[in-house]
Amino acid sequence: MNILQKFEAKTLAKLTEGKTITTFSPGDTVIVNLKIVEGERERVQAYEGVCIARSGSGLNSSFTVRKMSYGEGVERVFPLHSPRIESIELVRRGSVRRAKLYYLRDRMGKSARIAERTTGHGLEEAAAAAAESAAARAVVKKAKKAAKKEAKA
Amino acid sequence: MRTGLIARKEGMTRIFAEDGRQIPVTVLKVDNCQVVAIRTQEKDGYTALQLGAGVAKAKNVGKPQRGHFAKAKVEPKKKCVEFRVTPENVVEVGAEFCASHFVPGQFVDVAGISTGKGFAGVMKRWNFGGLRATHGVSVSHRSHGSTGQRQDPGKVFKGKKMAGHLGAERVTTQNLKVVGVDLEDNLILVQGSVPGTDGGWIMIQDAVKKAAPEGVPFPAGLKGSAKAAPAVEAPAEEAVAETPAQDTEA
Repeated sequence: MNILQKFEAKTLAKLTEGKTITTFSPGDTVIVNLKIVEGERERVQAYEGVCIARSGSGLNSSFTVRKMSYGEGVERVFPLHSPRIESIELVRRGSVRRAKLYYLRDRMGKSARIAERTTGHGLEEAAAAAAESAAARAVVKKAKKAAKKEAKA
Repeated sequence: MRTGLIARKEGMTRIFAEDGRQIPVTVLKVDNCQVVAIRTQEKDGYTALQLGAGVAKAKNVGKPQRGHFAKAKVEPKKKCVEFRVTPENVVEVGAEFCASHFVPGQFVDVAGISTGKGFAGVMKRWNFGGLRATHGVSVSHRSHGSTGQRQDPGKVFKGKKMAGHLGAERVTTQNLKVVGVDLEDNLILVQGSVPGTDGGWIMIQDAVKKAAPEGVPFPAGLKGSAKAAPAVEAPAEEAVAETPAQDTEA
């Protein structure tokens, strides 16, 4: 690790101290809670939209969130580790096939929708749970069938 | 006038200010920067400190240089530079400098050898406009135009801006702000870019055109003296870095 990387790691550790950064990927709908200073007081403003790109790595990583605001597309780029971001909430995972969803800029309405993702990375636990419940249901079904057969006999 | 320091450019990164602004910074490492020799008024006709930085293998250092370093009782250095100082700011031979020499919020002048660009045309080297894209211009879209007048004077004046070697020369950038100092790793964070390539040697001095703030260590920020200071300095440095930044925005 060279000196610059070491410095970046140190800065990053200081920024992420006591914070957990939500894992999300392009296509996911997220709510970014931003700290906003209005005169004297500070409040939190939420910005909800689809993450259409993630870029950079480590300290220099950022992400782009696109949303429709009064019929107008709005895109904002946030530095992932900005101290102004209070938290990021994952609302919905999207099933997409590319890393940069810039094609959404040319789309409106129905064609700009993204299907929900229920399997794949980050959802291993959920998938395992689903499989388990399905197996359990199958066992119950089998037992019921057997019971029926027995009753008939 | 205090002495400057020799530092190594490690590269650029960003840091976040409290209000979320991203500050582009160049990370400079003060690596084994020690006084190697002193030039005095009586002996040399001027007062200066010769500093050395980096670590050179003894086998790669010439015999006369080895003798020179041995006289100062320091390890052989990769880079040696003289800095003019006023007599009251002379530091003894062998003293090692530390990043605390500069305080956050202060302005510095940074000199380095700029990145070599090779043989460059006039558009790149002197920002000429070049010729037109159409209207009969052929092959020479990026050339300079005329280089002079007619039969009288009948020559090209000296100093005419033309194509030639660009870069790899000493460049000084003035009034760069020190954003932070890392005493643990001996790093100086300077806002903005600095001449030269990553890994190149950089000369960093108090800004000539701006007054140094209070709290700048005199005659110099030495390694031993800084050991006690960091605990006090760490919270203070953020406060200093913050206040001038907000002023500029307002």
